[in-house]
Amino acid sequence: MEATNMQRWMFRFARRDTRGNRGRLALFVSSMVLGVAALVSINSFGDNLRTAIDAEAQTLLGADMSLESSKPFSDNVESIVDSLGGIQSRRTSFSSMAYFPRTASSRLVTVRGNEAGYPFYGAIETDPPEAAEQYLSGDGALVDGTLMQQYGVVVGDSVKIGRSMYRVEGRLLQTPRESAAIMLFSPRIYVPLARVDTTLLAMGSRADYEVYFRFEDERDVEATAEPLRESLQEERVGIDTVEEERENWDEALTNLYRFLGLVGFTALLLGSLGVASSISVYVRQRVQTIAVLRCYGASTWSTVGVYLMQALGMGLFGALAGSVVGVSIQTLIPIILGDFLPVDVSFNISWPAVFMGSGIGLGVTILFALLPLLSLRNVSPLAALRSGVDTTALEKGWMWWATAAVVGLGTTGFAMIQAPTPLMGLSYAGGILVVFLLLAATAKGVMWLLVRRPPIRTSYTIKQGIANLHRPNNQTLMMVLALGLGTFLVTTMLISEQTLLGQITVAGAEERPNLIFFDIQPDQVDELIATVEQTGLPVMEDVPIVTMRIQSVKGLSVDEMRADSTVRTSWAHRREYRSTYRDRLTDSETLLEGEFVGAHSGSGPIPVSVEVGVASELEVMIGDQIVFDIQGIPVETEVASLREVDWRRMQTNFFVVFPDGTLDNAPATHVVMTRADSEEASALVQGAVIRSQPNVSSIDISLVLSVFDAIFSRIGFVARFMALFSISTGLIVLAGAVLISRFQRIEESVLLKTLGASRKTVLRIMSVEYLVLGLVSSATGVLLSVIAGWCIARFVFATELILAPGAILTIMGVVIGLTLIIGHFNSRGVYDRSALEVLRSET
Amino acid sequence: MNDVLRVSDLTKTYQSGSRSLTVLHDVSFQLEAGDTCAIVGPSGSGKTTLLGLCAGLDSPSGGSVTLCDRNLGPLSEDDRARVRNMHVGFVFQSFRLIPTLTAIENVMVPAELQGRLDVKHEAEALLKDVGLEDRFDHFPSQLSGGEQQRVALARAFINRPAILFADEPTGNLDSETGEHVVDILFRLNRDAGTTLVLVTHDLELANKTNRVIRLKGGEVVSDSNPREMASASMNGGD
Ligand SMILES: Nc1ncnc2c1ncn2[C@@H]1O[C@H](COP(=O)(O)OP(=O)(O)OP(=O)(O)O)[C@@H](O)[C@H]1O
Ligand SMILES: [Mg+2]
Repeated sequence: MEATNMQRWMFRFARRDTRGNRGRLALFVSSMVLGVAALVSINSFGDNLRTAIDAEAQTLLGADMSLESSKPFSDNVESIVDSLGGIQSRRTSFSSMAYFPRTASSRLVTVRGNEAGYPFYGAIETDPPEAAEQYLSGDGALVDGTLMQQYGVVVGDSVKIGRSMYRVEGRLLQTPRESAAIMLFSPRIYVPLARVDTTLLAMGSRADYEVYFRFEDERDVEATAEPLRESLQEERVGIDTVEEERENWDEALTNLYRFLGLVGFTALLLGSLGVASSISVYVRQRVQTIAVLRCYGASTWSTVGVYLMQALGMGLFGALAGSVVGVSIQTLIPIILGDFLPVDVSFNISWPAVFMGSGIGLGVTILFALLPLLSLRNVSPLAALRSGVDTTALEKGWMWWATAAVVGLGTTGFAMIQAPTPLMGLSYAGGILVVFLLLAATAKGVMWLLVRRPPIRTSYTIKQGIANLHRPNNQTLMMVLALGLGTFLVTTMLISEQTLLGQITVAGAEERPNLIFFDIQPDQVDELIATVEQTGLPVMEDVPIVTMRIQSVKGLSVDEMRADSTVRTSWAHRREYRSTYRDRLTDSETLLEGEFVGAHSGSGPIPVSVEVGVASELEVMIGDQIVFDIQGIPVETEVASLREVDWRRMQTNFFVVFPDGTLDNAPATHVVMTRADSEEASALVQGAVIRSQPNVSSIDISLVLSVFDAIFSRIGFVARFMALFSISTGLIVLAGAVLISRFQRIEESVLLKTLGASRKTVLRIMSVEYLVLGLVSSATGVLLSVIAGWCIARFVFATELILAPGAILTIMGVVIGLTLIIGHFNSRGVYDRSALEVLRSET
Repeated sequence: MNDVLRVSDLTKTYQSGSRSLTVLHDVSFQLEAGDTCAIVGPSGSGKTTLLGLCAGLDSPSGGSVTLCDRNLGPLSEDDRARVRNMHVGFVFQSFRLIPTLTAIENVMVPAELQGRLDVKHEAEALLKDVGLEDRFDHFPSQLSGGEQQRVALARAFINRPAILFADEPTGNLDSETGEHVVDILFRLNRDAGTTLVLVTHDLELANKTNRVIRLKGGEVVSDSNPREMASASMNGGD
């Protein structure tokens, strides 16, 4: 027949053939709706984010340009600042203890001393709003909102930083360049620059000096900045422009939402597998229809075409529904990610994102559907003459493999495009494959065991329930895959979190220090130790710290090395070293090579001990020379030993250790560690220290724990998001599988009824089936997550695995419970069908 | 060369493991336009196998089938499908209506596969002819077995086939309904001048054809007119 008539017939037949199955097909495809929704929402949000960043680029920096240095500007830099002109506003930031007298509480914070003017673009948002201006005109301070809440601070309270006392004028809500996530690490307090206690800065604690510019002439800021970069770099002054700031944020946030996009893609893959699995069962139930068509002269491809059109229809429906759901979800993302974002993102539908998401959804669905559909070519017209000729499960043939290859390559390719880097995408695709294979293998193994070695003395009900999972056309594997993946994700996240938190707790346990004082000047050490001991706490460590940079390695200066593009330099060459001197190794250090020199007499290079990791970055071995720059004075050293350091210990660890007595004249600060067994004792000693020595900072390990907790609850969201999609997909596949096997189930139940089984028995058999399904899936997921957790603990955190059996059992319980509910909900009415009805109606 | 169906030395062997099972052995016969022929024989004698080969649903291990002047041997599966589409009608023991299509849509399927998409009136006329004028839009599950088989008859004739293959068309029906269906089958057949190949266990039905081929163990044991058949079956038929 003519090609167009043929297509018209295929379309007509495909449409008619879905009658009475449309609900079922919609259910199959809904497992892929979530994946499309995830892709659409994330990419659409990403586009909005980019637009917002482009539009608000100036507010990100709050100025046209900024200079920044960790030292006060030199005369040279000051003259550059002068020559730049424009309107300027300076800011100095540093870490210090803030003390709130009313509550007698203290907390390490980042203090920002500001001048009027900044931000030139955008605004500091405060509560009350007028506080943003007011605090500059007196002794005012703006305090991070979360900090105020945690420490019970209210507007009007006093806060003491160093020797300066301020009145809290308002809470900081949003500020340029800072997101709420940064505030978690170190809460901000804004004070007028003129009122900063300058002795705090003089005493060697780290500070940041910045100047912000606003140019009223229409000058090209990039062109102005470019020629200055080199001379400013020599002075270790950073220069930042709106354009750069925009690019940085763009890159960081693009990576974030691309990663989230990968998450959505995983959901889509899982959903498409579910669609393929449902379609393969669905078309197997259509073998007789296809055989009749073949008898009457339908060609091989036209029958495949009919069902491909149905898949296309399903894909279109799924893509459309997914886009609608995705656009709705998009409105939720800013609520969840808000803390990480520097700008307010408005809601706009990004059509490219919608087309991409639905296009990918459609493509993936059709490709996955093609896998089972290709086997329709093998349906013989003979099947119309004889029942029981099942030819669909025959050999796969090159076309099947070609399609499978396209699926695999397409998936990998897309992951590589979507991931922040191609390599990440590649490892992601590999990881997914491994997890899928492991899940499938584990599930198969467990099912095999259940059949071969059923729990001894099983009742008929249990045996029958387990056997049901093996009924022809079952989708047990697919369901285990989806439910198992969901369980795997949640549990792995949980185990990693527990392990990491546990590690910090362990590090701070028992005899180990848990309260650290730092930025102590040499002449303050004795007084501080006395203060600590007066409150009854032990002084466990007193460590001197000298800051230095590397001037040259093996006779080659770092500046020369960096200028020479053929020589590799790394963070280890550029960083600021905080070194100590002592006469022995600590218990967190192991000597690997050479000899640890504890004391050194005046002549020749000083024998130092270098941490093995940094030694390999610097490419130095025993006997190599390193010259350090300590406050402008070159100090020659020689690598005498290499050490391994257990960084997990909550104590002072160092890359470079000098022999005792060699740095006596260098400007040092001290760190003192103690242990407070209660929160009250900790607050008491911190209060005592801040009153007598306000420049000394302290940090309590419980604070670190609470920060970790807060960060995890946000990262955990991503894992939960993924798991949610995955488990929902599993449940949808389950619902579809129950519906598709409904006729079989009714037949079974009618048969059992005829044989005299009560309603209760039939229900119990079904319950066993869903129970075992949920159990196998969740157990498979948990098993794999324990293995993954162990690997993470061993290779990422280098620690012992910590399990939380209670939480894991809860997760398993929820998965099993959901499986039972969804299973029973879709099986309702199966028992009540009469044999006659069965014979006539269901097909 | 007016034969609608010519079967020469047809052999079918199934290979199961190392053993080979010959279910049809050197079967030959010819049918002219308008002939009606019954294939009878005990269960397992190869009747369905023979029918499937004649209709080009399967390929033989030896011998040849020529259907409407086309030798099926060298044709591909899709080419044979085209021959079936043009010349062949089918009636199956278990009706094989497509469950998702209404009665009238089922009847239209063979015509639609020919590319004739506007055959509603022809289909309606055929359904009226088989006495189902008020069941056009019913689905198979809403029809009795006899009604379903009558729809299948209407479907078989919509393309005015040169030859009709029927495998035990009354096998799933009670005798009264079966008789009714057979009456319609023969009437339509006569009106259209179609060649009929009928597989059956029912000797009375076989008697209505003008030729009976008897199979046993895959071989033709007799090929005769019905009157001879009837006496032969008295002593030792199935
Ligand atoms: N695919 C196959 N593989 C092996 N043997 C087969 C196959 N198909 C049919 N047979 C065998 O061929 C023989 C003939 O089968 P066929 O169905 O043609 O018999 P029949 O005469 O139609 O029987 P009935 O009257 O019971 O329908 C049987 O012995 C059967 O077991
Ligand atoms: Mg038969």
